[in-house]
Amino acid sequence: MAENISYDPNCLPDLLPIYYKRLFPYSLYYKWLHYGGVPKTYFSHREFSFTLKDDVYLRYQSFSDQQELEKEIQKRCPYKIDIGAIFSHRPKDHKTVKAAAFQALEKELVFDIDMTDYDDVRFCCSGAEICLKCWSLMQFAIKILDRALREDFGFHHILWVYSGRRGVHCWVCDPDVRKRLQQKGRTAVAEYLNIIRGGENMTKKVNLWEGSIHPSIQKAIEIVRDGFEQYAVDKQDFLGSDAKMKKVLALISDDSVRRTVEDDFKHVKTSRERWQVLQDRVKQVTSKGEGRKCACVIEEIMLQYCYPRLDINVSKGLNHLLKSPFCVHPKTGH
Amino acid sequence: MEIITRRTPRSKKLVDYEAESVHSKLQFYRYPPTGTLSLQEFEDIALERLKVLKAVETVGLRHIKGSEEYRNEMEKVLRSFPGGVARAVCRAKCDPGDVRKDHISHFILRLAYCRMEELRRWFIAQELDLFRFRFQNENKENVKLFLENNNLNYDLVSASEKEDHRSELVACGIQGHLIEFSDIYKVEFYDVLDLIQRRKVYVSRGFAYVPHIDLVTLVLSEFRSQLSHALTIASRALPNLEEDNRLLPMLASMSKSYLGQDYGKKTSVGQITADMIEMLSRTSFPMCMQELHQNLRQHHHLRHWGRQQYGLFLKGIGLSLEEALKFWRSEFTKMMDGDKFDKQYTYNIRHNYGKEGKRADYTPYSCVKIITTNAPAVGDYHGCPFRHVDVAILRQKLQAKRIPESGVNEIVSLVKGSHYQVACGKYFMLTHNTGHDFSPNHPNEYFDESQKALNGGKDAGASSGGVKLSQPKSSQASQSTPSQKSLSQKNDDQDDLTLDEIDQSMNGIEES
Ligand code: SF4
Ligand SMILES: [Zn+2]
Repeated sequence: MAENISYDPNCLPDLLPIYYKRLFPYSLYYKWLHYGGVPKTYFSHREFSFTLKDDVYLRYQSFSDQQELEKEIQKRCPYKIDIGAIFSHRPKDHKTVKAAAFQALEKELVFDIDMTDYDDVRFCCSGAEICLKCWSLMQFAIKILDRALREDFGFHHILWVYSGRRGVHCWVCDPDVRKRLQQKGRTAVAEYLNIIRGGENMTKKVNLWEGSIHPSIQKAIEIVRDGFEQYAVDKQDFLGSDAKMKKVLALISDDSVRRTVEDDFKHVKTSRERWQVLQDRVKQVTSKGEGRKCACVIEEIMLQYCYPRLDINVSKGLNHLLKSPFCVHPKTGH
Repeated sequence: MEIITRRTPRSKKLVDYEAESVHSKLQFYRYPPTGTLSLQEFEDIALERLKVLKAVETVGLRHIKGSEEYRNEMEKVLRSFPGGVARAVCRAKCDPGDVRKDHISHFILRLAYCRMEELRRWFIAQELDLFRFRFQNENKENVKLFLENNNLNYDLVSASEKEDHRSELVACGIQGHLIEFSDIYKVEFYDVLDLIQRRKVYVSRGFAYVPHIDLVTLVLSEFRSQLSHALTIASRALPNLEEDNRLLPMLASMSKSYLGQDYGKKTSVGQITADMIEMLSRTSFPMCMQELHQNLRQHHHLRHWGRQQYGLFLKGIGLSLEEALKFWRSEFTKMMDGDKFDKQYTYNIRHNYGKEGKRADYTPYSCVKIITTNAPAVGDYHGCPFRHVDVAILRQKLQAKRIPESGVNEIVSLVKGSHYQVACGKYFMLTHNTGHDFSPNHPNEYFDESQKALNGGKDAGASSGGVKLSQPKSSQASQSTPSQKSLSQKNDDQDDLTLDEIDQSMNGIEES
């Protein structure tokens, strides 16, 4: 992500033809989406969509083989390519079949993690910006999800890609996943992995109950714990100002504990000290059997700051399009 | 299913008792009934089952499914019905005639509810809840018998494997000292998606470890797939019934009476204009819509589900497509240029009005839908404030709306007891100064009630900017009795109803 060479989006029209002629890995790409050609229609029934200059958007493109794909891409030089589902018919013929018969049948399971969803817990950047300081969030996300997908669900074929601008995409390609996971199944897996809950009006987005923390979350906690100080303390200085402290304090539901901690914070200065004080206080309170409501507050804070924030709508639908790997992001040139 | 309708007096020995229903009153309804049935009885038992299913739905909205209160309430409500269907579904002692009614009525409703995706979904949901309740009321032998009869065999986890995963199993709610004595089944996670979704089971390498108490989930998932398959087949077979013009109208009107009022078909389209929204939002919108409205005004943008929830609501109160485009455009273009708006958002708005894509005429979301599906995530303002807003923040919001302290407390305690719609009703009473006790089932119902209250008890008149809202239900009923024609029109709707997928694909186009 280091931006040593500056990129000017206006050059894109000049650069894209070269990229699509010389660099785009067509045969690899085809090999992936062709999946060994069983069944034969696997590639030709796949939807692609192109975004052309001036946001002209073409859905339901499909190609019979690698040559046709190559030809079309080079001809159109799309600013962006999205990959959709495998349909019952060739997507390009979709107008000729009855709407009810034209159905999305299979697709990879995909996840989209977008840095803009972390704006309330990172202080270095906001919106579409990213830097090395907040990139750790993506590293947490990848470690946690990759583990869960492999160990909990037993998936094997998992591809992680930088989305090109502000996050990462994950493609799970196992045959069973593509075929057997319909909308309900995708929803279930996505919800299982989604523990950051609540919209803009919900301050506390993670709630755990002592003694019954799901094993998958426990493993996530271990992963976060390993890197939490380095991220939150060193990189984000997450208790370094009144406003930042307020955010953390708001996550302590027990009023009296919160007031005590607030007081504790006044006596120390750095994020590191404050984080330590907070942990000590919680330990002390819970060991006395008080403050039941905050037995897991340390874990809750760590998860709220670092657990992957999924856009689960992307994962739920069979019919959802996602930006293709190897496709240059039009705004950043990555 | 073969239904022979003759206007003959009721005859007694109508139905073959299928293997499954002889052994146990619990069944998957695999085999359709045969025999003859009087039209009167046909209608009676179908309506009875419909009432039962509606009661099941109502109880499910009030209590957490599977909880003690839920079961008690269910028991109480079902026992209060006089008919044989209800007897079969809730009493240990029912006679074979009741079992037969259970069996036949299920199949009649299949026919009535197979026609459209949305109806199918409703029917499946209620039948599953009913089945769950019955299954959990069964004694051990009957359960065992049922499993055997239906060839449901699940692998048991061995003692040593239990030991290997002890701590994980305990974390998932199995009591440590009981582990060695309890039956735990090991199944593919695909078979217990409900448990996965709620993170209720331990999963490892693709296999879920399901404790005996959750066996019902496994069975339900089997029932669901069989039922949804059967409904699809029934929907294809339905046109063959068309020669009988006594059944079809009956079936059609039966399925119409689901979910109460349908707020999709306003006859007052065009009576509300974009510039009236601001004012109406303050006086007559439920809090969920006020939230969306304010945030739209503030950020000049709403994310996908917010636009859906709010846009369809506005459509429901009578905002025409042209006015809707004007309304959204004027807000969004404070942040983006008109060109971008036209490219990214108009399609979706037109789509909601049935002018694009599969041309389905989408209906506004009900409270249940808002409360239970598509929970808001970071960046979202949709949902139901009584369900999706922090209690502390909700308090502030209520105070800002000058709700007296005692009212705020009352609302908060209702919210804490998970009575979101009742809380919303309370809010209605406090903001409308009325004793009229109501809790909304639908944001558009809230709006209508508010208009009524503000316009002095009658269906809105000339005040409040001349808003005139009519009751869609009655106007429809007076148009015509459902005829074959309307039924075949309905049939076409099937093409139109993979609603979620459309929504999602739209969602995909916009962001990323
Ligand atoms: S109860 Fe229904 S109408 Fe009231 S705020 Fe919630 S969703 Fe809106
Ligand atoms: Zn940063």
